[in-house]
Amino acid sequence: MFPWLTALIAWPLVGAALVGLSALGRSRTGPASAGVGLARPLALLFSLVEVALLVGAFAAFDTGAAAEHQLGATYAWIPQIGVSYAVAVDGVGLLLVALAVVLVPLVLLAAWKEQGRDEVRLRRFVGLVLLLEAFMVAVFCARDVFLFYVLFEAMLIPAYFLIGGFGQGAGRRKAAVKFLMFSLGGGLIMLAAVIALYFLGVSAGVDPSRAFLVDELVAVDLGTTAERLMFVGFFIAFAIKAPMVPVHSWLPDVAGNATPGTSTLLICVLDKVGTFGMLTLCLPLFPEASRWAAPLVIALAVISVLYGAIMAIMQTDLLRLVGWTSVSHFGFIILGIFTFTPLGTAGSSFMMLNHGLATGALFLVAGFLVSRHPEKSQKIADYSGLRSVTPVLAGTFLVAGLATLSLPGLATFVSEIMVLVGAFGGSPAGSAGWAIAAVPGVVLAAVYVLLTYQKIFTGAPAAGLEALPDLRLRERVVAAPLVVGLLVLGLVPGLALTYVDAPAEQSVALTTVDEPADDATQMGSDQ
Amino acid sequence: MNDVIGLAPWLVGLPLIGAAILLLGGKATDRWGHWLGVAASAASAVIGFILMFRMIGTPAEERSIDHHLWTWLSAGGLDVDLGIRLDPLSLTFVMLVTFVGTLIHVYSVAYMDHDPHRRRFFGYLNLFVAAMLTLVLADSYLLLFVGWEGVGLASYLLIGFWDTGRPSARENAVAAKKAFVMNRIGDMGLIAAMALLFAGTGALDFGTTLSDDAVGSLSEPTATAIGLCLLLAACGKSAQFPLQAWLGDAMAGPTPVSALIHAATMVTAGVYLMVRSGPILEAAPTAQLVVVIVGAVTLLFGAVVGTAKDDIKKALAASTMSQIGYMMLAAGLGPAGYAFAIFHLLTHGFFKAGLFLGAGSVMHAMDDQTDMRRFGGLSRFLPITWITMGLGWLAILGIPPFSGFWSKDGIIEAAFMPVEGQPWRAWVFGTVAVLGAAITAFYMTRLFFMTFGGRRPRWAENQHPHESSPLMWWPLVFLGVGSAALGAVLGIGGTFVTWLEPVVGHAEHHEPVLPVPVIITATLVVVVLGALLAFRMYAVSLVPEEAPRGSVLTRAARRDLYQDAANETLVLKPAHGVARLVQVGDRDVVDRGWGALPQAVSWFGAAFRKAQSGYVRSYAAGMAGGVLVIAVVVWLVAGLGGAQ
Amino acid sequence: MDITNYVVLAAVLFAIGATTVLLRRNAIVVFMGVELMLNATNLAFVTFARMHGDLTGQVLAFFVMVVAAAEVVVGLAIIVTIFRTRRSASVDDVNLLRG
Repeated sequence: MFPWLTALIAWPLVGAALVGLSALGRSRTGPASAGVGLARPLALLFSLVEVALLVGAFAAFDTGAAAEHQLGATYAWIPQIGVSYAVAVDGVGLLLVALAVVLVPLVLLAAWKEQGRDEVRLRRFVGLVLLLEAFMVAVFCARDVFLFYVLFEAMLIPAYFLIGGFGQGAGRRKAAVKFLMFSLGGGLIMLAAVIALYFLGVSAGVDPSRAFLVDELVAVDLGTTAERLMFVGFFIAFAIKAPMVPVHSWLPDVAGNATPGTSTLLICVLDKVGTFGMLTLCLPLFPEASRWAAPLVIALAVISVLYGAIMAIMQTDLLRLVGWTSVSHFGFIILGIFTFTPLGTAGSSFMMLNHGLATGALFLVAGFLVSRHPEKSQKIADYSGLRSVTPVLAGTFLVAGLATLSLPGLATFVSEIMVLVGAFGGSPAGSAGWAIAAVPGVVLAAVYVLLTYQKIFTGAPAAGLEALPDLRLRERVVAAPLVVGLLVLGLVPGLALTYVDAPAEQSVALTTVDEPADDATQMGSDQ
Repeated sequence: MNDVIGLAPWLVGLPLIGAAILLLGGKATDRWGHWLGVAASAASAVIGFILMFRMIGTPAEERSIDHHLWTWLSAGGLDVDLGIRLDPLSLTFVMLVTFVGTLIHVYSVAYMDHDPHRRRFFGYLNLFVAAMLTLVLADSYLLLFVGWEGVGLASYLLIGFWDTGRPSARENAVAAKKAFVMNRIGDMGLIAAMALLFAGTGALDFGTTLSDDAVGSLSEPTATAIGLCLLLAACGKSAQFPLQAWLGDAMAGPTPVSALIHAATMVTAGVYLMVRSGPILEAAPTAQLVVVIVGAVTLLFGAVVGTAKDDIKKALAASTMSQIGYMMLAAGLGPAGYAFAIFHLLTHGFFKAGLFLGAGSVMHAMDDQTDMRRFGGLSRFLPITWITMGLGWLAILGIPPFSGFWSKDGIIEAAFMPVEGQPWRAWVFGTVAVLGAAITAFYMTRLFFMTFGGRRPRWAENQHPHESSPLMWWPLVFLGVGSAALGAVLGIGGTFVTWLEPVVGHAEHHEPVLPVPVIITATLVVVVLGALLAFRMYAVSLVPEEAPRGSVLTRAARRDLYQDAANETLVLKPAHGVARLVQVGDRDVVDRGWGALPQAVSWFGAAFRKAQSGYVRSYAAGMAGGVLVIAVVVWLVAGLGGAQ
Repeated sequence: MDITNYVVLAAVLFAIGATTVLLRRNAIVVFMGVELMLNATNLAFVTFARMHGDLTGQVLAFFVMVVAAAEVVVGLAIIVTIFRTRRSASVDDVNLLRG
C-alpha cells in the first residue's frame, strides 16, 4: 500500500529543502526579479501537490472504521530506547491534516505580495511555511509519544522564525520569544511526563523496543498518583498550546505582531495540537486522571470562553482581537472534550476543523484590510465607512465574522451547538451548569464581531481611505474556498461528522471503562 | 398531497437562489435584479397557494406532513434531519410571508427606485423570505434556529441598509447591531432550551419532542425551564418585555423593511415558537403564566409608548410591540388561545403591513419626513393612502366588521376565560386586554388624524405632497382589502380555528367570567371612547408643531419608559465594568504574573553578574580561595573521620 | 635527607607563584607566577613518584611541561598582541569580559 502519511510528511520537507535551500546562504545574485519569480510559484506548486496527496489519503481512508488508526506505518527509529517512527490517523487526525494541508496554499497565496521582492526573504518565508506544514502534518499523524514530543517541539522552530522574522508589529521579536518560552516551558513539563511514561510502561511489561507506542501504552495501568501527575504534565503543555486561560498570554501578542498568514497557520492549525493532544493522548492514556481533573478543566474552559470574548470586545487592535476570539473558541473545544459525551466530543472534533476555516478566513481577510491601509495600521479606530469603498471586502469580512459568531447555516454553528448540547448532558459534576454558563459566549461573540464590523465598515469613510481598492482576484481566490467550505459543512455536516463520530464514541468509551455498565451504555458506547 | 410535496423545498430554495444571484452577481444584475427578487418571492407565493389548496383538500387528520430532505446532523446520539413540516400552522405562515412579502417586494421596486443599491436591497429581502420560510417550515428546533438566526441576519442587514454615506449612517449601524445582539440574548434561551430538550428527550425534531410520550417524560421543573427558555427566545425575536428595546431603533431601516420584518412577519416568530411548542408549555403551567404576564406587560408597555411618539414609524413600532403582546398573551392561554394568537398574527400582518407601507407612502410624499407634527391635512393629497390606511386604522381598532375585530375580540374573550384555582387571572388579564384596546384606539386615532386630519397643514417649506406611483399603491390596496375583509372571511363560523385544529388541538369550550356580548360591548365602548378622545385632541384642536412638554407620563413614554436608560444602568454599565475588570486583570495579573517569571531569572542573573568583574586576578583569587575552602573542608571531614 | 623537604619546597614555590599571580599587575610577571606554580607542581609530582615508586607522576610531569610550553607560546602571543593594541601589559586593563 502506498505510504500516504509518510508521503504527506515528506513532500513539504522536500519542498522546503528545495525552495528554501539558498535562503541559508546570503546570495543575492542576479536581478531580484529572477529569484522572486521562482520561490513563490514553486512553493505554491508543492503545497498544491500536497493537496492532491491529501485527496489520495482520503480515498484510501476507510470511513467505516474512522475510529481506528489507519494508513499506518511503523519503523524502529531509536530501538535502544524503544522509539519508533509510527504514523497513523483516525478520522479526527485526518481532518486536522486536511486543515493544515488546505490552509497552506491559501496562506501562501494570501502572502503573495506581503514580503516584498527580496529574494532571500521570500525563499526563507516560503521555506519556513513548508517546513511548518511538514511538522504539523506529522504531529497529527504521530502514534509514538516520543515522536509526538519531538515534533511538538520541532514545530516551534519554523514558527519562531515566522513570527520573529516576518511580522509587521514592532514587538514581533518579543512576541516570538514569548511564544517560544511558553511553548518550551510546557514542552519541558511534558518531556518529564514522557520519560516517566516510558519507565512506568516498561516496568509494567511493555516491550522495551516499542515502549513509546501509544497503542501499547493505552493498556498500561499506571497507578492513580503517577497517572494524575503525568496527566498534569501533558495537560499543561496542551493547555499552553491550546491556549487556555490562564496560560494564554502569548497568543494575543503573537496575533498582534505576526503576519496574518503566520497567525492563521499558528492559531488555526498548530494550536489544534493542544486540543488534539488532549483528545488523543490525555484521554486514552490517562482516563482516570482525566475524569479526576474534568471539573476543573471544564471550569477553566468556560472561563476561557467568556474571558476571551470579553477581551476581544475590549481590543483596539484588529488582529489581536481575532486572536482573542480564538481563546474563546478553544474554550468551547476543551469544554466539549472534557464533558465526555459522544455528542460533545464529536462537536469538539468538528469545531477544531471549523474554527480553522472560520478564524483563518477572518485572519486573512483582516490581513487584506490591513495591507490596504496606507500605514498598514491594525488599529480599528483608524478605519471607518469602508463598506461603500470596498463592498466585497466588507461582505467577505462579514461572512467570516458571522462564521466566527457561529451563525446557523454555517459549519461553526453545528459544532458549537453540538458542544453546548452535548456538554449539558456531560458526566462530570456540574457539566450542565458550566454548559449554561458558556451560553452567554454566543452573545459576546455577536458583540465583538458586529462592533468591529460597525466601526470599520459603517459610517463615513475615514480620511485617506476613500479610494482603497476592493478585493483582488487573488484575494477572492483565497477567501472563496474557506467561505464555501463553511457553507457546505454547515448544510451537510455529515461530510465531516462521519470522520469524527466514531472516534468520539470510542474516546468516550475509553474514559468510562470502569463506570458501571448501565452508565456506559447510556453514554452511547457501543464499541 | 404527496404529488406536490416535492415543491415544498422550493418555497425556501427559490428566494435563496434569488438572494444568491443578487448578492453574488454584482453590478451585472443591477438593471433587472429587483424584478428577479419580486419573481422569486412571487414564485414562492404561487407554490404556497398550490400547497395550501391541496392541503385544504386533504382530510384533517392527514394535514401534518414531515418531508425529509437529507440527514443533516448525525453524531453522538443526536440525529437531526433536514426536513420540512407542512401543516396548517406552517402553511398559514407561508401564505402570510410570501403573499405580504411579495406585495412589499413590489412596493419596494418603486420605493427604492432612487437608491443606487436597490439590487442589494432585494438580495437581502429575498434572503429574509428564505430564512423566514425556513423558520416556519422547519421540522426540528435546530433547523428552526437556522431560520431564526437567518431572519435575524436579514433584519440586521436591512436595518443597517443605509450604514454608509448618510449623516445617520453610524446610528443606523448601531441600531442594526443592537437588534442583532438583543436577539442573540434571546437566542441563548433557544440554545439552552435545545440542550434541555436533548437531555430530556434525546431528540430535537418536533415529531419526537412534541409527542405526548416525550412531553410526558419531562418532569414539571424541566418543562418549566424549557418553557421559560423558549419564552426568552420569543421575547428577543418578538420585542417583548424585557427585550423590547431594539424594535424602535430598528425603524432606521427602509420602510418596506419595517413593514415586512418588523411588523408583519419576523417579529411574530416568537408567537409562532410559543404556539409550536404548545405541548411543552401545557406541561408547565408556571411557564404559561409567565408567558401571559409578559404578553400583558408588553401590550400595555407598547400601547403607552405609542401614545407619545411623534415619529410615525416609531409610533407604529410601539403599536406592533403592543399587538404582539396580545398574541403572546393568547399563546400563554393554552389551546383556547393558540388559534386566536395565530389569527391575530395573520390579520395584524395585513393591517400593520398596510399601515407601515402607508406611512412609507406618506414619507415618500413628504421628503422622508417622519415627524407627524409636520404632517396634517394629507387626505386630499394622498387619497389612496388615506383610504387604505383608514381601513388599517379601523382594523387595528377592532371595529366590526374589520379584520382586527374578529381576532382581537377572540383574544379578549380568551383572556376572560376562568382558570381553575386562580380566579384572579381571568379578571386581571381580561381587564388588561380591554384597557390595551382602549389605549390602542387612542394612539392609532391620534396617528391617523395627525397625519391626514386637520385643516391647517403643518408641513415644512417647499412640500408638494403627491400620491405615489401605482407600483406603490396597488400593494396598499391589496393590504387594505385584507385589513377590511380577511377577518370576516376567516372568522365567521370559526373557519380559521377549525383549520388550525389539527396542529393546536381542540379547545374545550369554557364560558368566560362575563357573558360574551358584555365583553364585546364593553370593549367597543372603551375603544370608541379612546378614539373620540384622540379625535378631540388631535383633529378638533390644533396640533402644535413643537411637541409640548407634556406630563411626566408623556415624557416617560416619549423616551420609551426609559428602557434605554434602564438597560444602560442595569446591564451595560455593569457589563462594561466587568469587562474593564477583566482587561485590567489580564494585563496586570495574568500577563504580568507570567512576566514575573523571566524577571525573577534576570534578577537572579543580575545579582551574580557582579562577581564577573573581568579582572583576571580576582578570578585567580576566587580560585585560590575556593581551593583553600575545599582543602579546609576535606581536612576537617578527614579529621573528624579519623577521630571516630 | 628527608624526602618531605621536597614537598615543602614545592609548596613554598607554589605559594610564591600564587602570590605573584594575585598581587602583580604586569602580565609577564603574572605569567612567570603561573610557570612557577606549574613547576612547583612538577616537583611535587616527581617527589611523590619517587615516594611511591610509581612512574605515573614522572610521566605527568612531562605532560605538564608540554602543556606549559604550549601555554607559554599562546599566552605570550596574546600578551604581545594586547600590548601592541593597548600599549600596556597590565592585566587590570583587560577586563572586557566583565559581566
